[in-house]
Amino acid sequence: MRARIRYTVTGRIRFLGHRDVARTWERALRRAGMPVAYSEGFSPRPKLHFGLALSVGHESLAEYVDVDFAGPVDVAGLPSELTPHLPVGIEAVGAVAVQRADGSLQATVDACTWSLWCTGVTTDELAARAAELLAATELPATVTRKGKQVPWDLRPIIKALDVAPDITTNDRGGSLLTAELATAPRGIRIPELLAAFEPLVFTARVTRLNQWTTTDGSRTEPVPMPRRVSHALERAS
Amino acid sequence: MSSIWTALEPLLERVQRPARYIGLEDGAVVPEYSDDDPVDRVSWLLTYPDSYEIRLPNQGLQICARSSTSATMRWPSGPMRLGGPRGRTPGRRPAALLGGYPPACGEFDVIAFNLSAELTFTNVLNCIDLAGVPVRSADRDASHPLVGVGGHCTTNPEPLADFVDFVVLGDGEEAVGELTEVISCWKRAGSVDRQALLEELAAVEGVYVPSLYEPIYSAEGDLVETVPKVAAAPDVVEKRTVADLAEWAYPKNQLVPLTEVVHDRLNVEVFRGCTRGCRFCQAGMITRPVRERPAEQVREMISNGLARTGYDEVALTSLSTADFSGIEPVVDGIMSDPISAGQVSVSLPSLRVDAFTVGLATSIRQGRRTGLTFAPEAGTWRMRQIINKLIREEDLYEAVESAYSEGWRRMKLYFLTGLPSETDEDTLGIATLARNCVAIGKKYHQHPSVTVSVGGFVPKSNTPFQWFGQNTVTELQRKIYLLRDELKRDHGVQLKWHDPKTTLIEGVFSRGDRRIGDVLEAVWRAGGTFQEWTEYFDLDRWEQALADAGLSAEYYANRHRHVDEALPWDHLSAGLHKDFLAQDWADALAEVGLPDCRWTPCYDCGACTGYGIEHVVASAVPPAGGSQGTGQDVTSDVGAVPVMLGTTGRAPAGVGS
Repeated sequence: MRARIRYTVTGRIRFLGHRDVARTWERALRRAGMPVAYSEGFSPRPKLHFGLALSVGHESLAEYVDVDFAGPVDVAGLPSELTPHLPVGIEAVGAVAVQRADGSLQATVDACTWSLWCTGVTTDELAARAAELLAATELPATVTRKGKQVPWDLRPIIKALDVAPDITTNDRGGSLLTAELATAPRGIRIPELLAAFEPLVFTARVTRLNQWTTTDGSRTEPVPMPRRVSHALERAS
Repeated sequence: MSSIWTALEPLLERVQRPARYIGLEDGAVVPEYSDDDPVDRVSWLLTYPDSYEIRLPNQGLQICARSSTSATMRWPSGPMRLGGPRGRTPGRRPAALLGGYPPACGEFDVIAFNLSAELTFTNVLNCIDLAGVPVRSADRDASHPLVGVGGHCTTNPEPLADFVDFVVLGDGEEAVGELTEVISCWKRAGSVDRQALLEELAAVEGVYVPSLYEPIYSAEGDLVETVPKVAAAPDVVEKRTVADLAEWAYPKNQLVPLTEVVHDRLNVEVFRGCTRGCRFCQAGMITRPVRERPAEQVREMISNGLARTGYDEVALTSLSTADFSGIEPVVDGIMSDPISAGQVSVSLPSLRVDAFTVGLATSIRQGRRTGLTFAPEAGTWRMRQIINKLIREEDLYEAVESAYSEGWRRMKLYFLTGLPSETDEDTLGIATLARNCVAIGKKYHQHPSVTVSVGGFVPKSNTPFQWFGQNTVTELQRKIYLLRDELKRDHGVQLKWHDPKTTLIEGVFSRGDRRIGDVLEAVWRAGGTFQEWTEYFDLDRWEQALADAGLSAEYYANRHRHVDEALPWDHLSAGLHKDFLAQDWADALAEVGLPDCRWTPCYDCGACTGYGIEHVVASAVPPAGGSQGTGQDVTSDVGAVPVMLGTTGRAPAGVGS
């Protein structure tokens, strides 16, 4: 059976790379004594399937991993079983049973919502530039893919932009830019989005808030965020 | 103590692999510091002076840290490099580059380094400086941390004498606790007189305080002797030896790093010491006698360790793991343990060259068999007699045949060149062995592969070869090219070699005296850090510094020494009698072998008798099936010789499901 687990990455652990996060999950599952299924062949590997990679330095409230189990497990109980075995800053927050026929995370997710806590720019400046971007019919840019410079139109990828004063941390003086970006058929990276805001220059602390799956026009998350995950929302650093 | 995290965090956007600097390793205990801490609390910062990937898994540090409950221990994240390889320029002080997290390094009571490679010495100076501590011990006062070193390189710590406050000789686990006691008392009394503290440290068994000694040189500039300057300093400092490993089941909570490091697996030390008696091997000489961990304790440490860490690989570490009395039951135990559930693999990082070992490796590697590593070390039987690595060609061929027939595909062979009395025939013998191994492989595979790795021999202190003048860079290079040309048309053999230039500087430090300290400092000040990384090593810089100091690499590395000559480490004892070493050196030149005393009568090297301890070996006979039948008389003819092997290679082995 396959379980789809949602987890958060907050605080210092955001500097851990995708491959290391995967190894961390493998160790946590073994420590928890979970009956993870292994691949066949000469060097059996635990069957874990990750979705979109999270860039080093970005936080997330919506990361996912699919785990194949060789025996029955209490899917709803997985988060509380696994979190104690994960490092500080990675927290399993929800899990659902899925079928292989439901498709992989890579194949089903088509958009992400990002929160960018921006400093070095006023809310008005940011809002004005966001409005310009949304008003454009095309946003030609050059991005690097597989070592090659590729012309890319950013406009269809940017599905929504929203700018607000950062009321949660406004004592630190910042603006919150919320961006919904398509991931399929093509996506962009956060630095490429920020480049589109030029000539404004600012720094942003980045958090992925949601990953979305669109089916027949309605948008859902692979595993919804449970109501109470207060500590995951706190910045651990 | 203060945390430097807030200063560190903004830099992490700009460094490679920032996860190295975030802490959070599983098993790490972050000590809580407060103003109410007792004044006599002693905090240690333990480190290995290299990058995080090499430093973190260091077993010696983890053993020392967990052996002491009275002190708080931390691993630093280590110096961070922004941009270029040089680290910061000495003289400028960006505080954010400090390594320690959470507290800054300079706030510890002790900064202690484990040293197992001479070329890391410039990094030691860099770490001390980055911690905001004067690099020379003479410039430190009561407000500064003590700087200590231990580990294999410190059997000759003289090149570091001016920079360190104390050196622990031999096993560290007991000394750490005793040092903590002394420092704690001194702090309770007000932390006033640093000199008094150093003299008290010198009274701890196994602890050498270099500043309390003075080297005397002759008018010609040769060392005459090294003498104590104060009554508190013993004439000769003896190493520490833990009599029974069973009492030290450490580390109990091996750190599990978040980001990948070398040897990223559970490591369980199955025994310490080796009495095979390979004459080039410093580790084997200075860690005597053999002390095995009880098999039951090994099983327990593996079982608990796997459950706690979640690792799927365990390495049984020692200088020659196939010699462990309980090796078969322990390996069987891992394979049948439900905790491993068929998915745990076993690594035997040091194998012997024999069919038994191959069988062992095969039994724990049911799946794909990739490579096995053997270390015959020399190309001819004559040479192997000289180095006392008594492997016959037949032993190697049997091992290789057995490996290929069991499905292994790649062999790696380790050799040394530049050994005492080596001729070109001996060097070319390496090519012959490799070629014959390929021929054996062709019986089983279409394209068998044999990798030959050749390192230039560096004579080390406290070995029978400590009097031997190592080959020059030119000579080593010539021998390597000789081999390369010889093997040019052998497509099954891949030749790899170490750069003889780094070998030269390693040799200067392995037997250098205090005067080399100035060279060390000069090279570090010129930016020469991370010298064990070939891309940063710069021989010109070393030669310049040696010339500026009026010294020569030839004097320290390439010169043959007379057995009556005073050696820089004569006042430090690794337990081995100097006359034993001299006899063994004479035996070597006479091509006479010496048996393994673990299973044969004692020849009084001094390591046991001097300290009133004995081997702790569960089995009175060599491991079953091993071709190293040490009951044989090594002094007789070739046909009846015990063979010893030990390889540094690694044979990962997957347990079949």
